[in-house]
Amino acid sequence: MRTVQNTVKYILALFWLFVTGFPLFFIFMSSLKGMMEYFTSSVWALPEEFQFGNYLQVFQAGFHKYFFNSLIVTSIAVFIVAISASMAANAIARFRFRYSNLVYSLFLAGMMIPMHITLIPVYNMTRQLGLYDSLAGLIGPYVSYSLPVSIFIFVGFIKEIPIELEEAAVVDGANRYQIYWHVILPVIKPAISTVVIYNMVMLWNEFVYALVLLSSPSKWILTLGLWNFRGEYGIHIPLVMAGLVLSVLPLIIAYVFFHEQIIKGMTAGSVKG
Amino acid sequence: MNKLKQLLRSDKVAAFVFLAPALFFFGLYMIAPVPMSTYYSLHRWSGIGEKIYIGLQNWGELIKDPIFWLSFKNNLKLVVVSIGTQLPVALLLAVFLSSKTTRLAGLFKTIYFIPLLFSSVAIGVMWRYIYDTNFGLVNVFLRNVGLFSWAKDWLGDPKLALYSVMVAINWRFIPFYMILFLAAIVAIPEELFEAAMIDGAKGIQVFRHITLPMLRPTIINAAVLSLVGALKFFDIIFAMTGGGPHHASELMATYMYKRSFVDFRMGYGSTVAVAIFLIAMVLSLAFLRFTRRSSELD
Repeated sequence: MRTVQNTVKYILALFWLFVTGFPLFFIFMSSLKGMMEYFTSSVWALPEEFQFGNYLQVFQAGFHKYFFNSLIVTSIAVFIVAISASMAANAIARFRFRYSNLVYSLFLAGMMIPMHITLIPVYNMTRQLGLYDSLAGLIGPYVSYSLPVSIFIFVGFIKEIPIELEEAAVVDGANRYQIYWHVILPVIKPAISTVVIYNMVMLWNEFVYALVLLSSPSKWILTLGLWNFRGEYGIHIPLVMAGLVLSVLPLIIAYVFFHEQIIKGMTAGSVKG
Repeated sequence: MNKLKQLLRSDKVAAFVFLAPALFFFGLYMIAPVPMSTYYSLHRWSGIGEKIYIGLQNWGELIKDPIFWLSFKNNLKLVVVSIGTQLPVALLLAVFLSSKTTRLAGLFKTIYFIPLLFSSVAIGVMWRYIYDTNFGLVNVFLRNVGLFSWAKDWLGDPKLALYSVMVAINWRFIPFYMILFLAAIVAIPEELFEAAMIDGAKGIQVFRHITLPMLRPTIINAAVLSLVGALKFFDIIFAMTGGGPHHASELMATYMYKRSFVDFRMGYGSTVAVAIFLIAMVLSLAFLRFTRRSSELD
């Protein structure tokens, strides 16, 4: 009985390893094949000659620009999220005011709101603000999209801080603002790194707002660039595969170093259903 | 000056100052759009120029719109398949990863996790090549093992398209629920397992009487996430089939996008968006109610 169970477990585990691993192997190998070779060689075959030039070509086709755009937008948005979410969480977790719970539930409800209901108003607003087709136009939606989970993570963390720390600061004559800056912020550093890294990953992969709010190629972020790249170079499949690998690679590297924070962010966002 | 200082020191004012930046972004981009979309849904509007008030005409059209109801049905199928396949497989994988007998668990976990790092566009692009009729992985594999008649036009056949896309969606989301369950399993106190072992419980009994009951809240949460996620689902389908062929894999959200940003019928698009919002709210509240009642009965 024991062995039967173990066998079933292993078969499933190996099956899923294949289901996940083989497509990854397939895109990586295909990205190093020649255009014609892709059609003629077996999907199981290694490239006859590693065509690293594919990657160079992808970069020259504009990916360096999309890459840079993604980096700028996600960095600025995540910076604003870290500051504004930690401030809001500080107020929610520590201050006594009448609507504290209401405000918190409002933020948490944001996790459940289907983003499509925001699409047309955001599009319209962005146009009216003169931010349509600019990277700046993505910041607002990205920040608001990231706030609920971030506030949730910060509130949980701040509530765990012993209140004595803040009381000591009050005795020393510190006010709310000084306490936030000198006591809270240094203590919540681990939460800040979770929020920053997790949101970086999420926003790096964002697509819908970019699709609706950007139009000219010089403004495209990576997801939008990859999407249009497939349309343009669809026939040169190895090239598209190379673009695909390039778009995921930074996150795989990030995962190697920061998997703890990424997983924490993912599970935190889901505890509150 | 002193008065200002005193004012800033009061909790109420400080609370406002601390909440202001987050409330600004959240109010503008997440909360305000809900009533705004509702307002737009009462108008005929191309996105640029005048909005013409037409009352409930859009809503009347929605109720009689066969494509909307077709996409609603597709969303429901996605709900059933998501909850019915993603959660059980994810649970089994999580149990496997948590068992200490497997030394390779770390490596398995890392590889299982990678799909979660893919953007939906990357997944869409990748799976289009996997499903390609002539050169795709699936059909090549089937032909290699001699199953020639099994090779299909996976994304082009209206009967298959939706289910083909669901496979890609599962590929992306099973690892997500796996991570959730794994975190919950690891959090179960070790003593519970030990006590069960002492009582003579084995593998599947431990799972049924310890792991499963302890995971109940996590499973309910996961089911709600899966439900809401499937009702508002958009991007992988958009990137793989665009809702086609002939609306065969159309979802409410892809339909909303087409009406709004392809046909530029922003009023009607808003109507679809508000409908998605209402449906997601009603069904998730009903689901929570249902699970709460059934746990009271236990």
